[in-house]
Amino acid sequence: MQWASWSFFFNMGGYAFYVWFSFGLTALCVLWEVYALRKRSRDALHLATLLAQD
Amino acid sequence: MKQAWLTVLKRDLLQAYRRRSDIATTLFFFVIVSSLFPLGIGPEPAVLSSIAPGVLWVAALLAGMISLSRMFAADFSDGSLEQLLLAPQPLAVLVTAKILAHWLVCGLPVVLLAPLIGLQYALPNEALWVLVYSLLLGTPTLSLIGAIGAALTLGVRGSGLLVALLVLPLYIPTLIFGAGAVATSQHGMSAEAHLSLLAAVSLLSLVLAPVATAAALRISVE
Amino acid sequence: MHMNWFKFSSPATFYPLAGKLVPWFFWLATLLALVGLYVSFALAPTDFQQGEAYRIIFVHVPAAWMSMFIYVVMAGWAAMGLALNARLSAMMAQALAPTGAMFTLLALVTGSLWGKPMWGTWWVWDARLTSELILLFLYLGFMALQSSIDDPRRADRAGALLALVGVVNVPIIYFSVKWWNTLHQGSTINMGVAPKMAATMLLGMLLMALAFWMYSIAVSLLRVRCIMLERERSSDWVKALTAKGAK
Repeated sequence: MQWASWSFFFNMGGYAFYVWFSFGLTALCVLWEVYALRKRSRDALHLATLLAQD
Repeated sequence: MKQAWLTVLKRDLLQAYRRRSDIATTLFFFVIVSSLFPLGIGPEPAVLSSIAPGVLWVAALLAGMISLSRMFAADFSDGSLEQLLLAPQPLAVLVTAKILAHWLVCGLPVVLLAPLIGLQYALPNEALWVLVYSLLLGTPTLSLIGAIGAALTLGVRGSGLLVALLVLPLYIPTLIFGAGAVATSQHGMSAEAHLSLLAAVSLLSLVLAPVATAAALRISVE
Repeated sequence: MHMNWFKFSSPATFYPLAGKLVPWFFWLATLLALVGLYVSFALAPTDFQQGEAYRIIFVHVPAAWMSMFIYVVMAGWAAMGLALNARLSAMMAQALAPTGAMFTLLALVTGSLWGKPMWGTWWVWDARLTSELILLFLYLGFMALQSSIDDPRRADRAGALLALVGVVNVPIIYFSVKWWNTLHQGSTINMGVAPKMAATMLLGMLLMALAFWMYSIAVSLLRVRCIMLERERSSDWVKALTAKGAK
């Protein structure tokens, strides 16, 4: 293990902002894309069901 | 085949002649864009001559681009493009006549006018010559690559802006080598390497772009 | 073999198949990302020059790799779509583009976040960053062209042609940008850091790249399912699907 304690880990040797922003943004993008696609898929299915009922 | 090619070329040139104001618009655009920079940056000759290669090349790029959507639009709306597609001659070859016509109408005037603008930018004589050479070698590539974009966006809504988005990234090598040639000659070095690369890009696009344009036309018209 | 290929290339069979595959790729991506993050943060040593800031490469480099790789794969699908006139291939190309653009954007932003503490500026016009920016323009052009053509068949084929033109141009653009800026540092792997880069650092990067790869597969399969549903709303297989009420 590299880190003496959690606070050292979160501090990232003084580069906390840059490191955590990079990883946080990536995580956010990934989660948002998955969420948006699930919603799109639900909507498409819903619309197709409505069309089939007509 | 030569006959058909010449017919297409003549027809396009005649149409351009009938709409002379269009050519004037392209030229005027080139002049006004390149005249805006000194107004925005200041009249210092040292500054102006250092930005001149990039500014003149970008202005030439944009001037060539704004006229792109017209390359096939008229033929598309009056149906003569379909005739071209049905012609027994290979489409890729006939398309080169249209591209050449576009270059003669929109590219060549810019090449001829550029040294005058270059004078306003305090470019030394030698750099002016290199500017003309580089534009002469590079602007045909702009028409060639532009033809692909024009063919792809034929009849699409918002095609004018779309063509810019598609074509400008592909213009980057030409811009880099063209403006680079002028800049190196300004610094008293030989521009030969840049000009050869520019010629290589032109040759490559001469081989590939007509084929891609022909394919794009078939996709758009069918 | 031939039979199989055509069987799976029809949306009606591919839709449920993709649906079965998606969770597997998502789990694989999650697993690889967890191990990759562990290696990146717990095992990889501090870089003696860059301190902890170098840990940004564990997202930056994989994102940059994926952005380029996805473009090539996209062009491959596009070429196949044009050559075989296959609907599915064109839909795959369309499904990959947003994810590729997202990775390009992430590579740019994380590169800039890495550059600020290392070079002192948010942006340098070096060859890698500039090429990545141009790649973003290529992705955006592809997406803009496809979304502005209403006829899906024409949109597919026009997009495919543009992707092919783009992939031919990418090496030329890259060369010209490199020529333009000879101050270029070379790609990260052989940045001169290579001999000093600990094996665990390389391992972390590879694991993260694999995680991104699996994620891209999962997401593009998910997206291609959406595209199929939206396009073939009134086809028989979609009707059968909705009649069942199943997913």
